[in-house]
Amino acid sequence: MLDAKTPEGPIETKWENHKFDMKLVNPANKRKFEIIVVGTGLAGASAAATLGELGYRVKAFTYHDSARRAHSIAAQGGINAAKNYHSDGDSIFRLFYDTVKGGDYRSREANVYRLAEVSNNIIDQCVAQGVPFAREYGGLLDNRSFGGAQVSRTFYARGQTGQQLLLGAYQALSRQVKAGTVELHTGLEMLDVVVVDGKAAGIIVRDLNTGEISRHSAHAVVLGTGGYSNAFYLSTMAMSSNVTAAWRAHRKGAFFANPCFTQIHPTAIPSSDEFQSKLTLMSESLRNDGRIWVPKDPDETRAPGDIPEEDRDYYLEVKYPAFGNLVPRDVASRNAKTQVDAGKGVGPLKNGVFLDFADAIGRLGRDAVADKYGNLFEMYERITGEDPYQVPMRIYPAPHYTMGGLWVDYHLQTTIPGLFAIGEANFSDHGANRLGASALMQGLADGYFVLPYTIGDYLAPQLGSTPVDTSASEFDQAEADVKAQVDRFLATNGTRSVDWFHRELGKILWDHCGMERSEAGLEKALSEIPALREEFEQDVRVLGSAETLNSSLEKAGRVADFFELAELMCRDALTRRESCGGHFRVESQTEEGEALRDDDDFAHVSAWEWTGQGSEPVEHREPLEFEYVKLTQRSYK
Amino acid sequence: MNLTLRVWRQAGPDAPGRFETYEATDISPDSSFLEMLDLVNEDLIGQGEEPIEFMHDCREGICGTCGMMINGRAHGPQSMTATCQLHMRTFQDGDELVLEPWRASGFPIVKDLVVDRSAFDRIIEAGGYISIDTGSAPDANLIPVAKQDADLAMDAAACIGCGACVAACPNGAGQLFTSAKLAQLNTLPQGQPERYERTEAMVEVMEEHFGSCTNMGECEAACPKGISIDFIAMMNRDYRKAKFRNRRSA
Amino acid sequence: MATKVSHGDDAATGSRRTPFLVELYRSALGKKYLMAISGIVFMGYVLAHMLGNLKLYQGPEEFNKYAEFLREGLLTPILPESGMLNLLRLVLLVSLVVHVVAAVQLTRMNKQARPESYRSKRDYVAADFASRTMIWTGTIVLLFVAYHLADLTWGWVNPAEAGATVYDKVVASFSVPAVAAFYLVANLALGVHLYHGVWSLFQSLGINNRRFNHWRRALAVGFTVVVVGGNLSFPIAVQVGLIS
Repeated sequence: MLDAKTPEGPIETKWENHKFDMKLVNPANKRKFEIIVVGTGLAGASAAATLGELGYRVKAFTYHDSARRAHSIAAQGGINAAKNYHSDGDSIFRLFYDTVKGGDYRSREANVYRLAEVSNNIIDQCVAQGVPFAREYGGLLDNRSFGGAQVSRTFYARGQTGQQLLLGAYQALSRQVKAGTVELHTGLEMLDVVVVDGKAAGIIVRDLNTGEISRHSAHAVVLGTGGYSNAFYLSTMAMSSNVTAAWRAHRKGAFFANPCFTQIHPTAIPSSDEFQSKLTLMSESLRNDGRIWVPKDPDETRAPGDIPEEDRDYYLEVKYPAFGNLVPRDVASRNAKTQVDAGKGVGPLKNGVFLDFADAIGRLGRDAVADKYGNLFEMYERITGEDPYQVPMRIYPAPHYTMGGLWVDYHLQTTIPGLFAIGEANFSDHGANRLGASALMQGLADGYFVLPYTIGDYLAPQLGSTPVDTSASEFDQAEADVKAQVDRFLATNGTRSVDWFHRELGKILWDHCGMERSEAGLEKALSEIPALREEFEQDVRVLGSAETLNSSLEKAGRVADFFELAELMCRDALTRRESCGGHFRVESQTEEGEALRDDDDFAHVSAWEWTGQGSEPVEHREPLEFEYVKLTQRSYK
Repeated sequence: MNLTLRVWRQAGPDAPGRFETYEATDISPDSSFLEMLDLVNEDLIGQGEEPIEFMHDCREGICGTCGMMINGRAHGPQSMTATCQLHMRTFQDGDELVLEPWRASGFPIVKDLVVDRSAFDRIIEAGGYISIDTGSAPDANLIPVAKQDADLAMDAAACIGCGACVAACPNGAGQLFTSAKLAQLNTLPQGQPERYERTEAMVEVMEEHFGSCTNMGECEAACPKGISIDFIAMMNRDYRKAKFRNRRSA
Repeated sequence: MATKVSHGDDAATGSRRTPFLVELYRSALGKKYLMAISGIVFMGYVLAHMLGNLKLYQGPEEFNKYAEFLREGLLTPILPESGMLNLLRLVLLVSLVVHVVAAVQLTRMNKQARPESYRSKRDYVAADFASRTMIWTGTIVLLFVAYHLADLTWGWVNPAEAGATVYDKVVASFSVPAVAAFYLVANLALGVHLYHGVWSLFQSLGINNRRFNHWRRALAVGFTVVVVGGNLSFPIAVQVGLIS
């Protein structure tokens, strides 16, 4: 059984007391410790900057050409905090409660409470950094209600909140680079974690521009390397987002928790052809004024504007009168799938549903709608060539966020001592479903306010030790493995491109481990994935050399890891015979077709241990106890 | 639709480069420009030729990774649009597209259409931040910020750091990028204590890497985020003041 | 902020410090700033020059009197005879040196910033002809100024006989079609230079206010039309016989 090392005591004081109980590294000694931080998104950059400020010697790595490019930048909506600036009844406890409930009771209470607690510090910190949050005419910070929350607790910077928060963290990081506390390495991809005597001792990285492979050691390694939605091929992730760092840590002994908890966002633009490379998200806020519908007749041929009211099916409004179009993400997504599967999809490929603003334009006027959503409408028109003021938007769900990730304890430490995981790379705070505007909050909470404390507790007893010498045999072995894989890809010289395999893998995963999962489907996927992986290994074609920039080669390594991950996702989904949050098992639903949790058998975290390729992974369970939040079945009727 | 591409191919930073001609066939007008390049690359891989390297990542116009000259314009013909958000319906069947990397001494070519923009990071490191250690910030609502200042700061902060301004500028100047960050931080009350030190430091690092501004406005026209050259004027004013004040206080 | 402990040293280095303008000039932004200031000096000069020359239309007497006034009347007897004129000449000369040297240095810097130019044809969106040709229009104007001084100030190349009045010199010079044509071309170049320069100096000086920004272009156009329009009229008037 896994020990989460959750501190004792009432939930309100756990973190405060624990901060006192943890061992400290005195300021003069901090510079004697070296820390590697991989990834420079919200979590990685904020952690590296803060560790640098504290006086640690930090080496930060990113495969991007600059620390400002991580995909945190693409978050549009906002960031939650329990400031209660609007006196609408918000509190730390309410944010905590909403997050646990929204996660469908599959997250660790103590972690979530701490997240809610530090949410306020994040806003203070970011404002002080110069993040230009939206303000009211009085000059104070503006908030909006987001993702169906009953209070206004979301801070935002137009539709670019993620960008502004990431740039804030990037600037804090740049300040430490200048101060000399952080050594920043761009264009380097981490390809392995080196474990010596059971502890994380360093990493192996490859320079993407020159192909040079190098070794780096430190007292501790922190992974802030994001989520794995790109396993689906088509997702709202950036093209290079991948699971490689987390996965290779998993292969070295870090348990991977709840891999089947993926979030499918309901409002992305449907793909236009088979060669589409990614899906673009339209902000969830559109559902505040847009009405979702499909034609009642699957063979409808009229233009959307010519279809009379009686021939339209506003299925969400009909099915969920209380929440209507504002049901949570997982519910909205699944219902869209039901409609499209029934042949009522709209658009040339019949792969979307309408999100119609005609009523809103009629009620509020075109100008008011343009004021609120103008930039989103423009973006939609740019991508589809259709004007949403004239014709309804078409939307369809897309993989967006992954709640699963490396298992971590209360200290954000993985099962490998000295290896920490922060942000989307870990599994912690969102349970089986993440609420809107909570991803940015968690990334920054981990990076600014949690890890910099908890890592000290791990480091303090090691005072006086030096990082493992990179000439140790474990480093030799890890580097040899990395080189061997690179060489293998180049030598295979098969017939199909890396992208082709990735696309095929994505289809399997989307069909069987997407919005709806069934025992038969998952079994099928579990037989298809290894077969395809086999083919990938035999038949992939990677051209060029390892000595220059070679994106096919980079991608080959990432896709190889997606293959292994995809198998684990399906296995996890198969093992979890209940529906919860983003994980919907057709076998486990209420009479009305809603997700049915099984708290008796599945109120736990499934953390998987790698046992080698082709061998079944071992499941470890961390039971979840709910002392403060009452378990109820979600209902949005 | 079918198109002819003339693409700059260069094997490495010091290798000689040249234009190669490729045919892009059966392209859907609804596909994005980069998806068109993906397809060309698939074909190249099929034929055993090394695919074209180009910069891209988020493909939704926010990360600032993508960018190239398309028919003599940074990010191509559509205004306020990054390369990744450009769609093929902007072009006509039978068009010839000439693709060239950003060219500037501050942006050395890495390979094909890929350049190294780390000079931008050096400018930010010189002072593009507000010095506040984690945890030492006062309550966020302690200092009210006039809405128009907050809005102006946000206009400037929208910069995605793609480098189109430098690429488009006939002088290869980095003014728009630098001034956008300065305008954001120098407009906000939080940024005042370091305002003049920041301005002097960032401008001087900028001038080590890039050319000078002759107010042609090509940067503003190329900017996918519509950053205004008004910010360059603000920077010029602050720089003059900075020289004066920093001299007095040095 | 760190406390200063070495105040005495600072004061000592302060006295040896390079002058503010020189220090400012070291940066490209500073060069642009000083180009803008010298540009304003030239704007004042070309406007006054054009307005003064309108006296050509009032006949030889008025015009020669005006020329004499410039030489002797300006601020005399406070200053010695020609004192103000020489002072103005000095200001113009310094401005010219600053403007030209800075332009050359910046042009060189900009060339270095893009050592390899684009191989494909550029498609400019905002950069107009005027803004892209400043160095060339400036060169034309500079060459013309040299000729103009040799012609009318020093009289080295003037076709009129020695001892002719200023008025006669002007008429004699503009009666030569080639000279008139050169004058026209140079003033068109001046117009193109002013069209961008007058607008641009607001940017370089950082005079920026969103409420007034749209007036900058109007001012540039208005100023250019007035100055160049006036200037162009002189050789045309001579050629068509309006002035003789």
